[in-house]
Amino acid sequence: MAETAQHEDVSKHMGKYYVVFVALLCLTAVTVGVSYLHLNRPIAITVALIIATVKAGLVAAVFMHLISERKVIYAVLILTALFFIVLLALPNLTTFEHHSGMPGT
Amino acid sequence: MSETAIPYMVKPHPVTGIPNGKLGIWLFLASEVMLFGALFSSYVLIRTGMPHWPPEGGLSSEVLNVPLGTFNTAVLITSSITMVLAWASCKMGSLPRFKMWMGATVFLALVFLVVKYFEYSDKFHHDHFPSHDNFYAVYFVLTGLHGLHIVGGIIVNTFLLTAGSKMWTTDPEHFTNRVENAGLYWHFVDLVWIFLFPSLYLL
Repeated sequence: MAETAQHEDVSKHMGKYYVVFVALLCLTAVTVGVSYLHLNRPIAITVALIIATVKAGLVAAVFMHLISERKVIYAVLILTALFFIVLLALPNLTTFEHHSGMPGT
Repeated sequence: MSETAIPYMVKPHPVTGIPNGKLGIWLFLASEVMLFGALFSSYVLIRTGMPHWPPEGGLSSEVLNVPLGTFNTAVLITSSITMVLAWASCKMGSLPRFKMWMGATVFLALVFLVVKYFEYSDKFHHDHFPSHDNFYAVYFVLTGLHGLHIVGGIIVNTFLLTAGSKMWTTDPEHFTNRVENAGLYWHFVDLVWIFLFPSLYLL
């Protein structure tokens, strides 16, 4: 019983996997296409990162099954995200220190 | 089963609700996020500190080969779907289909490395080594570490495709979980490239 239920479960998701696959290829084409427009750097960076985040979200949600995962994995990932944000903020933090040191010098 | 066997490799652990192997791979991926995150953060710091990027002038897209990078992105995305199909084949009880899709995944990973080899040798040919400037240092460190992850994935996936697949006859559920965990790693490697490609080649 459990076996057949599992079979149906997987085959039901197959269409979703192909849709995500095509979407990922399309988004890759879009991000490369946009780069040939030579937009202003801040806009170009924003657009590229938004597209990359959407692609990464699709991979994580569908291919890595994060859309229906157990709480313990969400907990691990929330903690990881917090540390990751701190990590990316580190360069900014060093700049703040630099500026606060400026008036005295 | 011997007493030394790791418990809860097939059945979910009563506390976490997932098999131990799956929790293990996610914790490993969390540490990988920090590894790549540290390097990515360094890249942002180095780049924002430079008056021009790449330092020699021009654009990243003129220095690096965008068509090859785009091709490799498509290769990795395709290898992610073949990996999903390999796992789904296990779930649906077909070892031959698993072998076909896993074989395709390993093949695509090798294609990625071959393309990377041509990209690297072109740079070396022009005397552009990691020591050339910050741009090449960042490029080689990030893509090099990512490339090592591809090699790691090839080793694990080849094991599952060959000697490791013997487990299919003794414990198919455990084997399917192994494939799933290898898949989680592989999708993560794809995910890292999804960020590396635009930030190194296009911006």
